[in-house]
Amino acid sequence: MPTDPRLAGPALHLADSLWQDAAIKFGNTAGAVLGFLGVLLAVFFAAGRATGRFSRPLAVVLMLGPAALLLVVGLVVPLLRTVYLSFYDADAAKFVGGRNYGWAATSSQIHGVLLNTLLWLVVAPIAATGLGLLLALLVDRMRGQAVYKSLIFMPMAVSLVAASLIFKLLYESRGPGQNQVGLLSQLAVAVGWDDPPNWILSQPLNNFLLMSAMVWVQTGFAMVVLSAAIKAIPDEITEAARLDGASGVRLFLHVTVPMIRTTLVVVLTTIMIITLKAFDIVRTMTGGNFGTQVLANEMYSQSFEQYNTGRGSALAVILFLAVAPLVVYNIALLRKERATR
Amino acid sequence: MSAEPTFDKAADPGSGAASGSGAGSGKAARPDLPPAKAVRRAFSSPLASALVIAVTVLWTVPTVGLLVTSLRPKGDVASSGWWEAFVHPDFGLENYRAVLFDNTFGTSGGLMPYLVNSAAIAVPATIFPLVLAAMAAYVLAWVRFKGSDTLFFVVFALQVVPLQMSLIPLLRLFSSGAHLGSVTVVPALSLQDSYLPVWLTHTMFALPLAIFLLHNFIAQLPRDLMEAAVVDGASHFKIFRSIVLPLSAPALASFAIFQFLWVWNDLLVALTFAGGKPTVAPITSRLAQLSGSNGSRWELLSAGAFLSMIVPLVVFFALQRYFVRGLLAGSVKG
Repeated sequence: MPTDPRLAGPALHLADSLWQDAAIKFGNTAGAVLGFLGVLLAVFFAAGRATGRFSRPLAVVLMLGPAALLLVVGLVVPLLRTVYLSFYDADAAKFVGGRNYGWAATSSQIHGVLLNTLLWLVVAPIAATGLGLLLALLVDRMRGQAVYKSLIFMPMAVSLVAASLIFKLLYESRGPGQNQVGLLSQLAVAVGWDDPPNWILSQPLNNFLLMSAMVWVQTGFAMVVLSAAIKAIPDEITEAARLDGASGVRLFLHVTVPMIRTTLVVVLTTIMIITLKAFDIVRTMTGGNFGTQVLANEMYSQSFEQYNTGRGSALAVILFLAVAPLVVYNIALLRKERATR
Repeated sequence: MSAEPTFDKAADPGSGAASGSGAGSGKAARPDLPPAKAVRRAFSSPLASALVIAVTVLWTVPTVGLLVTSLRPKGDVASSGWWEAFVHPDFGLENYRAVLFDNTFGTSGGLMPYLVNSAAIAVPATIFPLVLAAMAAYVLAWVRFKGSDTLFFVVFALQVVPLQMSLIPLLRLFSSGAHLGSVTVVPALSLQDSYLPVWLTHTMFALPLAIFLLHNFIAQLPRDLMEAAVVDGASHFKIFRSIVLPLSAPALASFAIFQFLWVWNDLLVALTFAGGKPTVAPITSRLAQLSGSNGSRWELLSAGAFLSMIVPLVVFFALQRYFVRGLLAGSVKG
């Protein structure tokens, strides 16, 4: 990368050390990757020479072993351990029975969190799926649909942190008499609302403003998947329905929706799963303050800011119990859909 | 997902569903047109087009706002909205230089080290699970042994586990080792300034989905080819290297793109295992912190956010087709 000519004097020195830092980090990383691949190649070369009855078990152990070990260490053991820790106190030292769950069930703070989570779970997926479906229906009949689809789908590529910053700028608020910097406040002023509120602080409106960022990201996903499903409906079916006199809304409700029902539910549940687990938006935009806390972020705060392992683990288990049925249902639907196509 | 979406303006043979709002449905299809065209004509209406264009504009404006803000001088950003820049244009890359290299936000070296970390985390965290999962998928699909079906099902079922379930135990493992009673199974490792915990966690969490997806693909490779190789005396290692890997390139590419973007955009693993230190933390982690501590310095936040978006956007626009495929396949990731 070229060095900026404006970087003179001490800045240049700093920049030099930055490039050096980058070179060291990339060097280490490349070393780790090459080392990993090198060890694999060496093992492959050595083990490939083994013949006879050992060659098969050797292949199983060497090729399946590393993945299996990582799965046990990274998922299976932690899963059991988190359940275990959820019955212990903040330092994982004393058994407290169901006290952490009792706290989650009775604390009014957690009630607010669960209520917000439920709100997210209902509003964001339905809004994104509904809007995605509408767009899927309309965009396929347009000239230059690739451009529209790309632009609406684009937010899916960027991180939820970046999406949060984009929306935070949109909601930025200044006091009366100052120039507004956020577009939403400016629009409010433009329609004659002289002193718009500080959006991020306005409860309960701020919850919906945060959800908008999620809807912004997920609508493109819903649109692309549903558009593909609509295109896959056989021509004859729509034609037959049209000859029978169905059109417009009726055709949509009685032909299109039933034909894509599975995909519709898969999209909805997928966005629900993402919504339940995502903590990025709340963490970046409000840090969980101003009545916007959700379960995934509260789990993080309890575990790594309050250092309460017991409560953090209990919240993780609750999250797991909420997500698991959705994932199972989703996978079952996907398999059914694969089988019928 | 079986229906593969494309962004091509392909022939689009009769996408003839209904119009959502019933707009334009009053026009009758002309009998002399082929059915697909007739349906299309009947439902294309100015209202529908206007709606799509309005949504597209609405969806694009926030990003444009961020980009324009990042290009404006500091004073302008603080005193007026970004739309003013179209009236009094004054654009430059100074914010990017400042946020990358200067002692902004009280961090020496700005965001540059974090951007480096993002790349240094994402590349290995893509390659490791890709290779390990491909090997495991091959064994589960072609080197059958007693219990291999059960094992595959267990891996498949592990997709259900959310990342949150592993964070506390993994953090304790990395910081204080593992003990069984008084016996130390794994010693405490000093990994504070190492990418290893982040790489390992991403690898572990990518495996269930990666094995599942690659298994689906590898299991469908032609049986004749595999059997011929065995007859020729090739070892499983040789078959994997010279037949399985080259033939599964499309599946590997789709997963690699999905995983790379997942890791690049990740916040949870980054914040938990790398915190906000310039030695290891990626840019997402730093930006989330700055949003809380320096929430009003938009000339810098916008440039920082846009820097973090460049790589995903390039991947998105350059590899759109693979991107969508990988994304759909990975949409249920745990």
